[in-house]
Amino acid sequence: MNYFVNEKGYYGDFGGAYIPEMLYPNVEELRQNYLKIIGDAEFQKEFHALLKDYVGRPSPLYLAKRLSEKYNANIFLKREDLNHTGAHKINNTIGQILLAEKLGKKRIIAETGAGQHGVATATVCALRGLECVVYMGEIDIQRQAPNVARMKMLGAKVVSAVSGSKTLKDATNEAMRDWINNPVDTHYIIGSVVGPHPYPDMVSIFQSIISEETKKQLIEQTGNDQPDYVLACVGGGSNAMGMFYHFINDENVKLIAIEAGGKGVDTGFSAATTFLGKEGVLHGSRSILMQTADGQVVEPHSVSAGLDYPGIGPQHAHLFKTTRAEYVSVTDDQALNAGLLCTQMEGIIPAIESAHALAHLERMKFKGGENVVVCLSGRGDKDMDTYMKHFGF
Amino acid sequence: MNRINKIFKEKKNNILSIYYTAGYPGLGDTVAIAAALEKAGADMLEIGFPYSDPVADGPVIQASSKLSLDQGMDLDLLFEQLKELRKTVTIPVLLMGYVNPVLQYGVERFCKSCAEVGVDGCIVPDLPMVEYEEFYKDVFLKYGLSNIFLVTPQTSTERIHKIDSLSNGFIYLLSSSATTGQNLQVSDTTEAYFSRIADLKLNNPTMIGFGISSKETFDKACKYANGGIIGTAFVKAIAAGNLDENIEAFMTKFTS
Repeated sequence: MNYFVNEKGYYGDFGGAYIPEMLYPNVEELRQNYLKIIGDAEFQKEFHALLKDYVGRPSPLYLAKRLSEKYNANIFLKREDLNHTGAHKINNTIGQILLAEKLGKKRIIAETGAGQHGVATATVCALRGLECVVYMGEIDIQRQAPNVARMKMLGAKVVSAVSGSKTLKDATNEAMRDWINNPVDTHYIIGSVVGPHPYPDMVSIFQSIISEETKKQLIEQTGNDQPDYVLACVGGGSNAMGMFYHFINDENVKLIAIEAGGKGVDTGFSAATTFLGKEGVLHGSRSILMQTADGQVVEPHSVSAGLDYPGIGPQHAHLFKTTRAEYVSVTDDQALNAGLLCTQMEGIIPAIESAHALAHLERMKFKGGENVVVCLSGRGDKDMDTYMKHFGF
Repeated sequence: MNRINKIFKEKKNNILSIYYTAGYPGLGDTVAIAAALEKAGADMLEIGFPYSDPVADGPVIQASSKLSLDQGMDLDLLFEQLKELRKTVTIPVLLMGYVNPVLQYGVERFCKSCAEVGVDGCIVPDLPMVEYEEFYKDVFLKYGLSNIFLVTPQTSTERIHKIDSLSNGFIYLLSSSATTGQNLQVSDTTEAYFSRIADLKLNNPTMIGFGISSKETFDKACKYANGGIIGTAFVKAIAAGNLDENIEAFMTKFTS
């Protein structure tokens, strides 16, 4: 089974580039150049130098001893929360900013939900001296105020998306509109493994550094580069794709993706795409999305702004359909409780996104001795307000 | 003969096509607007079926789509309404919308429904040429539907020829690479682009759309193409007040 993209831009039944003609030249320019540019030795040298000295990679693979005791397994946390800017998002934005420069682009646009991708984009634009415009849903602007301030301090213009649900989906629409209206000098840094081909492949390649490092670290720490389980949360799915990437063809490794169940998958307030969605087209690719029978996109709900998205990347749709990866969901409350547990047992405050992945450990049954890697995709500083309100601190 | 081919055969220039959103401003206005537009001198109609995430549209058309959806419009209802259309309307009618509602309705079922109610063609901006050619062309042709492709100033000549070879109605030239609702600015660059297209001697006629809002901009469009398409300006004009009066007043500007 091929789990990766084919020459037509598809993962099995999913993917493609469903875009209006106005975006065709931009997307085609990327498609024709991205592999060549990324594969170039100079590019790789510059990319890895920045990952090492600017981002702070490799991120540690930390054996969480107290969580391991609690769950009767070796729980390793891949510490993407320790990256500069506080999440895995920077891996991709470093890659894409270098690519944009090679393509001669002068202006960068991005969309953001929790603000992590927006901050990561604003950061690399400041680093390289490029103009930066970030689209963010009006509601997310309110619930992620510290990240909005960070982006502004970094020199980015933050534009409020006021249509629809005023969250990530609408920010993505606005960013696409901006790109349509500025086709020549602008590069759109998509923050997840969504969008028209080649974005899902390109973003997953940049994020694959997560599993590349994990394999080496597992050899050092366990003597085996194949763990029993790999867990990651999924909104659009970029940290999960990076965490799964180099394990996908290791069929013995069980891949588990954790979606945001919101208030519960049957409550009408959920973002659990594989439970509630059907095949369709959103934001330029054929995937699985939450929609009405008439094909209108349903507004999702999650306590975590970064998972509040009605679709998943096409590669995830393929991994789901082929059952290569298991897709489960946890509720807002389960995630918040898992975040608190991790904080109090390991001294690590996780992003609520990452807490979704941790929450699934509670429901797994281990024999003892299994090696489990959880992608701790981001840190919880940005979520303090939500944690404070929920727990009454 | 498909009504689209017929109109371009009979009237080679100054073809006026009007876009409006189905179910807007009132849910039941779809057919009445078509009839009023034909009476007021429109040569062709594009009826938009609304979508929740219309990335190629500007704020005016997006807002009309949202209101229409909120009022309960969907493709089943639209086809139900359009059953009445051909009792009064004789000019070509196209449906315009995004690919996901069509996929959920079923492409074959969609084309069949179009043919049954007398729709002559479709404009689906996010259905890529390669997907159309591989998966859907035969279905469209089976039901006698024209699929209209968009061309922008950035579209390569090679691609325009490919679009021309796959087209059987007209080619939709965007005045600029932009979402709907921007003003048409005919500069040296756009003039060069329109002239470049004219020089290609395409098999299909061309219509210019996006940014046409006045007689002046419509005349400019007609100078370079077989006609012009008006969307945002019309949708704005029918937002409030008496529908028939608004349509007549709007159309008088272009037909007098």
